[in-house]
Formats: sequence, structure tokens, C-alpha cells
Amino acid sequence: MSMAVEQKEMRDDALHGLQLATRLEGIWRTPSGLMGALMSVDHKIIGRRYIVTAFAFLVLGGLLAILMRIQLAGAEQRLLSPDLYNQVFTMHGSTMMFLFAVPVMEAFAVYLVPLMVGTRNIAFPRLNAFSYWMFLFGGCFLWISFAFNVGPDVGWFAYTPLSSLQFTPSKRADVWAQMITFTEVAALAVAVEIIVTVFKQRAPGMTLDRIPLFVWAMLVTAFLVLFAMPSIMVASTSLILDRLVSTRFYDPSSGGNVLLWQHLFWFFGHPEVYIIFIPATGMVSMVLATFARRPVIGYPAIVLSLIATGFLSFGLWVHHMFVTGLPQLGAGLFTASSMLIAVPSGLQIFCWIATLWDGRPVYRTPLLFVLGFIVIFVIGGLSGVMVASVPIDTQVHDTYFVVAHFHYVLIGGAVFPLIGAVYYWFPKICGRMLSERLGRWNFWLAFFGFNIAFFPMHILGLMGMPRRVYTYTPEMGWDRLNLLSSVGAAIFALSFAVLLANAIYSLRRGMPANDNPWDASTLEWATASPPPPQNFDRIPVVTHRDPLWADPNILPVIAGLSAERREVLLTSLADAEPQIREASPEPSIWPLLTAIATTIFFIGSIFTPWAVVWGTPPMAITLIGWFWPTGSKEDEE
Amino acid sequence: MPAWVRSGLLLSVALPLVACAGSQSALDPQALQSEQIRHTFIMFLAVSGIVWSCVTVVLGIGLLRRTRIAGAPLELHPPFETCAGRIILGLGIATTLIVLVLSFVSYAGQRTLFAKDPGALTLRIIGHQWWWEVHYEADSPHNSFATANEIRIPVGKPVKVELESADVIHSFWVPSLTGKMDLITGQTNEIQFTAKKTGIYRGQCAEFCGLQHAHMAFAAIALRPDEFERWREHENQSATSPTDTLAKQGEELFRGRGCALCHTVRGTLAGGQLGPDLTHIGSRTTIAAGTLPQTPAALGAWIADPQHIKPGNLMPRMPLQSGELIAIIQYLEQLK
Repeated sequence: MSMAVEQKEMRDDALHGLQLATRLEGIWRTPSGLMGALMSVDHKIIGRRYIVTAFAFLVLGGLLAILMRIQLAGAEQRLLSPDLYNQVFTMHGSTMMFLFAVPVMEAFAVYLVPLMVGTRNIAFPRLNAFSYWMFLFGGCFLWISFAFNVGPDVGWFAYTPLSSLQFTPSKRADVWAQMITFTEVAALAVAVEIIVTVFKQRAPGMTLDRIPLFVWAMLVTAFLVLFAMPSIMVASTSLILDRLVSTRFYDPSSGGNVLLWQHLFWFFGHPEVYIIFIPATGMVSMVLATFARRPVIGYPAIVLSLIATGFLSFGLWVHHMFVTGLPQLGAGLFTASSMLIAVPSGLQIFCWIATLWDGRPVYRTPLLFVLGFIVIFVIGGLSGVMVASVPIDTQVHDTYFVVAHFHYVLIGGAVFPLIGAVYYWFPKICGRMLSERLGRWNFWLAFFGFNIAFFPMHILGLMGMPRRVYTYTPEMGWDRLNLLSSVGAAIFALSFAVLLANAIYSLRRGMPANDNPWDASTLEWATASPPPPQNFDRIPVVTHRDPLWADPNILPVIAGLSAERREVLLTSLADAEPQIREASPEPSIWPLLTAIATTIFFIGSIFTPWAVVWGTPPMAITLIGWFWPTGSKEDEE
Repeated sequence: MPAWVRSGLLLSVALPLVACAGSQSALDPQALQSEQIRHTFIMFLAVSGIVWSCVTVVLGIGLLRRTRIAGAPLELHPPFETCAGRIILGLGIATTLIVLVLSFVSYAGQRTLFAKDPGALTLRIIGHQWWWEVHYEADSPHNSFATANEIRIPVGKPVKVELESADVIHSFWVPSLTGKMDLITGQTNEIQFTAKKTGIYRGQCAEFCGLQHAHMAFAAIALRPDEFERWREHENQSATSPTDTLAKQGEELFRGRGCALCHTVRGTLAGGQLGPDLTHIGSRTTIAAGTLPQTPAALGAWIADPQHIKPGNLMPRMPLQSGELIAIIQYLEQLK
């Protein structure tokens, strides 16, 4: 037995300036080449991929919307056959919800949260890589199926019994249900990473009341994902079981219940809306503080509102089911609980407006989008109060009024802040500013295009136009407003073309951005644009809620992390006191291989139940590869 | 709310569409229930309009103010913050009160909307992909009969509709009369309404039900009570035998060419159960579940190629000579 004299590990306090930066960069760098790209576990690289992929799905979903608007621009148009139209609206909804809105918010979180809390990588970086691959494969699976005319055609909600084997004998409903499984796996993985990153990897001194509001929003969102997604996984898995191995969960003739599907689906489906909306409110708070030139008023009120929204969002799913014949008193209670969500949402809006009152607004594009958000989202919120009322809902449910309502909430409430966020964080991510002139065009086209496209739909709904119809007759008198709406949709689409052109142009020719081009206050602006692989040469110490405003010249830092291997600093949950140094994984190909094995398993299982048997060994093998001990120092200790 | 405010508000919404407010519109209520819903809707609309205007004005004022000196983001204005905090708290409480009041307003409307009248006329409607099977129920089976894709109801009398589905979920919706109610596989739902004025009101399936969801409409015809009773008595009768030779030939073709395998014409050998009952098709206003008007030309176009007009529906295209087609149309037209 020999007592090995432990060689003293080099810590980062032994190095300074460029020397330290170069050394850390060498440790944290993603290997070059194709293999390196496939192995990357850097949250910035994965976050960027996630963002670009989600926007690619936005473009695809948007093109489908344009097809629908052409079809509905006049009575009895025959651009799309009924069969194709049903696929198109199903694909539009599924793509926008599962492949764009939720992933894009998570994508921004994957990129920004580690920077905002001042750490070097997200928690569980390999899981993060796995999550991205699952999302990518799931999205491709859905769209390739669509290209082969097996795109789902049962609505993004896939109500049974329409989605049962009897009424959808093709593979279309299976494709939908399995796409859900892919995206849920991806979303759950990110949720876990966010929670652990926020709880354990915050910079020393970032106590609970100094966490940036976007990080708070993502933390609440991650918990919503954690509690909502299992419901849809149970739902979609039992649907697949019904279809594949003849279970009878949703078959009333054998004691099943078709409403069970709706309960499970909406118990997920309503929080889903807040999974999209809450991150957007976080973005609004960040952008607003920077451009109103003062911290957001009512930080505690906003944090509590986010948490309250999270809790309330689980208590109002029944408002999607007011016309299914549920007991009246129960339905009435869900009216009240649905309307109560206006209270936390309202509080946030009051805080933002107060901030603008006391601020000195700088009218750059991100702020324009936030102002557009307030104007549009309040309309969506108020029409939400209307549809929460049982009597009103019996008229407008499943009509274009509801279509108008949720586009006001989702586009007004989430996409506007998101585009604002793109303008705001683009310099950090890409190192160049987006063009302000194109930005203004982008905003005004989006604002007018959106309202012209969607406001008339309120009236169409009241005029009796149901959702999901592929055509209507001229006698219905819906053609003029539909034409107006289609014109608006074209303008709105143009605004995204401007955004795309702006991004492409600015990537090459945009003005180079310095570390903190907007003079913002949070930690992501304390490092280079774009950030180096290690994010920060030294871990910052936070003494104020707005660290870069509190003392613009000196940011205190902490030293002592390893300068030989990847290491992050873990801190305590409430007070962010430094606790322990923790190794952070090296790049690895195994997450990709695991994702491929899982994809084969998932896709195989819609064709044969035996895929569950032969599909698991490859997954087990890849997981063993993933977790194979590498003999790192930490493992030996 | 004073009446003039109410009508003004309604007008502001309805004005651009006065010309187009068709027979299928929630803005044009013709029954106690739809009026009740419009009443609730207008209250909500008024509150929403006021709230949105206030938010926008206050936001606008905030944007015009220039109180802060540039370059000092952390310079606080304690009196402003205290004051803002109080106002935000006050507005939060106000929001809570408003939504609670609106909840009660909504519940009161809901009670009226779903009030049940035990003496209501009962109809049973069964949803099919993509048409409506209608049964008029009476105490005696002799007075019960089936029809399809059209309901007739007496003005001023409560009507109860029991809703079931033969396949997937559908939704029964006549916006001029009342809100919608789903037809759910494996359960029976119920909806009641009382028409106030005679007229033809269009209804349409509101829950996505597959390929031809867009073509699943029906007509609800409100008649004076005496007219309704006459209609009901007539509808209860079997079909009369055709008198002219062309129609007689049509009847034979109807049986011989397979129509009767799916369709019932009461009083004849045609007893199929898969498609709509055609006993009195000649007196209905539309065919193919509200897809086409009931005219000889439309009937001809429909029978000649149902898959062109409503792709995916169960009715196959029958190879018919034009003379045979005319005979069948003649037969159907006289099934008044």
C-alpha cells in the first residue's frame, strides 16, 4: 500500500489575465471538426442550435399558416383538399406549440440562465445535449412523416375517439402521439437542468432576492414542465397503447371514457400556455429594466406573481371543457379560477407600467416589441376573461373568437417579447448588433400585420364561424373579414422576412457589439460578446440585484476553481454561499448515440410492440457508455 | 347599465357587419338563451373596453414623461416608489374584485342559460360523420319519428335536445338560439332553448370531427305552434306513393340501385340505417347536411357525384344514366 503524494492541482488564483483566459478556454473549448460539433456539451452551442432549430420550425409552421390563410381568404377556395387542410392545421398547431413555442423559450434559458447566474456551464450538460438531439429528431420525425403524407390530421389536441384506431386507422395519430413523447423527453430534461442550475450554481452572493427576473421566470416554468408534462405523457402513451395493443382507455363500449383524454390533455394543455407565457414575462422584465433605465418596480410582487400564476395554471383546465356537459356548479368554479389568473398577470403589467413612468425610456427595437406586447396582450387577457365565462364560452368555444383570443395571448404575450428578446440578446450571442432601421420596420409590420390578421377573427367567431373548417359558403358572409385577415397575415409574415433578413445581414455586416452594448445590469453582460467557452474567467460575486449598475467599474470575483479540468462552483440554495467545487462533464458522443437509440425505439414502437423489447438493449448500451467512469479525480475522492 | 350604452356598445361591434349578420350569428339572438348570453357578453365587453382603454392611456402617459436624468439607473425616487406601490396594490385588489363580480355575473347568466323546463318538447339528436340524425320523441311510439339534418321547433315553447354520438365527438350549435353543447361518445348531454321568433336559423358542428367537419350543418326552423303541430303530424306519416310514371320509375331505381341499402323511406321497402332518413326529403330546405340547397339541380349534382361535393363521405358515386338520375330526382322531390 502506497501513500501517493497528491500532486497539487493548479487553481485559477495562480494565473492572471490572458494566461488564465487562454488556459480556461483550452479546457472548456468544444473540439473542432464534425465530431467535435456532435460531441459538444457547451450550453451556448447547444442553446444556439436549439434557438435556430426552433425558429426553423417557426418558419415551417408559419408557411402552413399562410396556406390556411390563402384557403380561407375567400369562400369555397380549393387550394387545399380537406384531407390536406386537416393535416395542415394539425401540423401548424403541433409545430407551433411543441416544436417552436416551448422549445424556443427553453432554448433561450439554456443559453442565458448559466450566464445570468454566473456559472460556466449548465447543470447536466450531457443531458442538455441529449435533450437537443431528442427535440431535433422528434421534430424531423413529424415533418418527414408529413412529407410522406402521414402527417397527423386529428388536431393538435387529438381528441379521442377521432384519434382512435377505428376512426384514424392510418399511422397519422401515432406519429402525433410519438412526436409528443420526443418533445416531452426533451422538455423534461431541460426543466431538470434549469432547476438544478438555478438552485445550485448561482454565483456567490446571488441570494434569492437577487436572481434576475428571467431566471425566476424560467425556474417557475421548469417546475410547470415537471408537473404538467407527465399528464400528457400518460395521455399519449395510453392512446398509443389503445391503438397498438388494444387497451381500452378511451373506448366507451368497453368501459373506457373519451372525456378522460380531455382531462389529461388539458391538465397539461393549460399549464402549457403558461410554460410559453411565463418565460416571455421574464424577458419583458429584463428588456424593460434596461430600456426604461431603471430596475423594474415591484421585484417581489413580480416574483410572487410568477409563482402564483404557476400554481393557478393547474386549477383551470376545465375551462376548455365547458361544453362537454360537466356539472354546472363545478364549471362555474372554474370560471372564477380562470379569471383569477388576471390578478397576477395584471399585477405584473401594473409594475411594468409604473417602471416606465419612473424611467427614461430609450426607444430601441426591443422596447418597441415590449410596448407592443403590453397593448396586444391586454386585449388577449381580457378576451380570456370573456371565454372563461361559461355562458359566453358556450357561444364562442371552438369558433374563430377563440382563435383570435389565443393568438393574442400567444403571439402578443410570447412572440412579441421573444422577438424583442432576439433584438436584445442577439449582440451577446452573435457579437454583432441587429440593424435598428430594419428593426423598426420589423416591429411596425408585425404590430399592424398581427392586428389586421387576428382582430377580425373575434368578429368572425361571433358571426358563427367555427374553427377547423377547410371552407365555407359565400352565403355565410364571412368572406370579407377573412380576406382582411389574410391580408394582415401576409403583412405579419413579411415582418418575419424582415427579421430573417436583418439577422442574416447583421451576422456579416452588423455593428460589432461590445460586452454590454445596452448598458444593462445583469451578469450575462459582464463577459465578452459572444462569451468565451468558459463564460467567465473568474466567477463573479454578486452584491446587488443589478450588479453591473451597482458598480459599473469593478465586479468582485471569487477564485479557487481548478485550472486543470472543468469545474463549476456549487452554492447554497437560499443564500448562494459557496459550498463545493464540482466537476463538469467533458464533451461526449454518447448523448447523441443515446438519442439515436431512443429515436429508433420510439419510432419502432409505433409499428410493433416488440420494439419495446428489442429497442431497449441499444439504449441500455448507450447509457452505459454515457455513464462509464472515466477515473476523474472527483470520482476517486 | 342604461339601455343606450348597451345598444351603443353592441352597435360598435355589430356595425361593420350589419350587412353580413347571417342566420348563424351570436350577434343576432332569436331565443331567450342566446339573448341571455349576449347580455352577459356585453357586460364583459364593456368592462374589458374600459380596462384596456385605461391601461393604454396610463401606459401612454408613462411614455411621455421624462423625469429621470440619463445615466443614473439606480437613483431611486422613494416617494414615487411608495406611491406606485400603493397604487399597484390598490389596482391588484380592484382586479380581484372585478373578476369576482364578473364570476358571479357569469354564474347568474349560466343559471338562466341552463334552467330546465320539465314540460319541454324533446328531441334526440345523434351525431354521425358528417350528418345529424334527429328523433322526435313522444309518449307513444306512434307519434315518434326520425328525420335528418333539419329540426323544426315551435316558437315560444321550450325545446329540450338530447345529444348523443354514433362515432366521434361533435358539437350542436345554433348561435341564434343558444350556445353549443358537445355530442360525446358514450354519454348523453342535454341542452334547452326557447325560440322567440319564427325563422330559419343555421346550425353547424363546432367540434372537429374529421374530414368533412366543414360540411356538417343543419337548419333549425322555428314555426308558429299551430304550424309546428301540422308539420309534426305530417312528418309522422309515411311517405305517399308516387303518382306520375317518372317518379314511379324513380322509386324502383331507388330500391334497385342500392340507395335503399343505406336510406330509409318510411312506408316503403327502403329501410337502410347508414344514411339519413329520406321520408320527407322533398320538404327540407337543404341536402347533404346543410351543404347544398334542396333543389332538383342540387340533388342531381349531389347524387351524380357525392364525392366531388363532400369528399370522404359515406355515399358512393352510383353509375346512373341521365334519364335514371332525373327519375330518382323526381321521386325524391315528391317525398314532401
